[in-house]
Amino acid sequence: MPRRPGGTYSAASMADIAFLLLIFFLVATTMDVDSGLSRKLPPMPPPDSQENQNEIKERNIFVVLINSGDQLMVEGLPMNIHKLRGEAKEFLANPSNKGNLPEKTLKDIPYFGQIAVTKGIISLQNDRGTSYGMYIKVQNELAAAVNELRNELSQQKFGKKFDDLNKEQADAVSDIFPQIISEAEPKNIGGNR
Amino acid sequence: MSKFKRKIKVGSQEISTASLPDIVFMLLFFFMVTTVMRETTIKVVQKMPGATEVKKLEKKSLVSYIYIGKPRQSFQAIYGTEPRIQLNDAFAKVDDIRNYIISEREKVDENERPFLTTSLKVDENTKMGIIVDIKQELRKASALKINYSTRKVTAIE
Repeated sequence: MPRRPGGTYSAASMADIAFLLLIFFLVATTMDVDSGLSRKLPPMPPPDSQENQNEIKERNIFVVLINSGDQLMVEGLPMNIHKLRGEAKEFLANPSNKGNLPEKTLKDIPYFGQIAVTKGIISLQNDRGTSYGMYIKVQNELAAAVNELRNELSQQKFGKKFDDLNKEQADAVSDIFPQIISEAEPKNIGGNR
Repeated sequence: MSKFKRKIKVGSQEISTASLPDIVFMLLFFFMVTTVMRETTIKVVQKMPGATEVKKLEKKSLVSYIYIGKPRQSFQAIYGTEPRIQLNDAFAKVDDIRNYIISEREKVDENERPFLTTSLKVDENTKMGIIVDIKQELRKASALKINYSTRKVTAIE
């Protein structure tokens, strides 16, 4: 074989080789960020404690039931999933202080001073046969209701979205609209799974 | 006009491509370093439900994953088609979760333990029964911070 003059190899194909490798890594890279709905589970009650839940008035609870056929019942009436967000918002905000919607207590909150805070609690119950997809949809709608209320309040008070508020402001807003979803111990509503 | 003429004279020389490999190598190293190869092979079918109100999970080192779903086609002969739990690389039972959480907890620094999150990666066709059991088990292990893994969508159907 004839030797190349000077004994050097051309480096022109180096770029091509590097490109090939580059493309391989580009394709193999998965930049999936994990995202989802964050929740906090209630701690297990101590085994020797009696059930001493203080009675909560009926008007302060927003009962959401999902049966094994993925049907929704809200406050005793069947409901479409698309209406849930609006209903939950009305329940939590209670803008016209209706008698059948939750009571409010006056609380001292930084930035806002004395403000009426709702006593409402959302109670979510599902069946063992409920599908996970439906459960997430309901959780999502309820979270959306709270997020919308928070956004409206921060828009009105600070002229910013809730996500753009600083820590203290965000804490104040979340004190007014806390994300309370209480999940009862599972029951077997609606028969077999 | 004279300006343009001068430019053309200079441009008659070719641009050297000698530095091209260097540039490409730089990009290559960037991607090689940032690429995270998945360390667990997922053995269950995973189609996440969609949600609009998602938040990003921060600090991946503080997240432990529980996969739930139907076993993949190749595992169905052994494990059936009912939804199963997968921890790390193996199928597991509900009772194994507590030990799994304890071992995950041992892996991290003591002052970071309160921030440990359990991410539930559940197929959307799973029934809630198994998830209710898992949630009870997590409460017993006092791993209270959980995250339901979802896709981000603009509107739910």
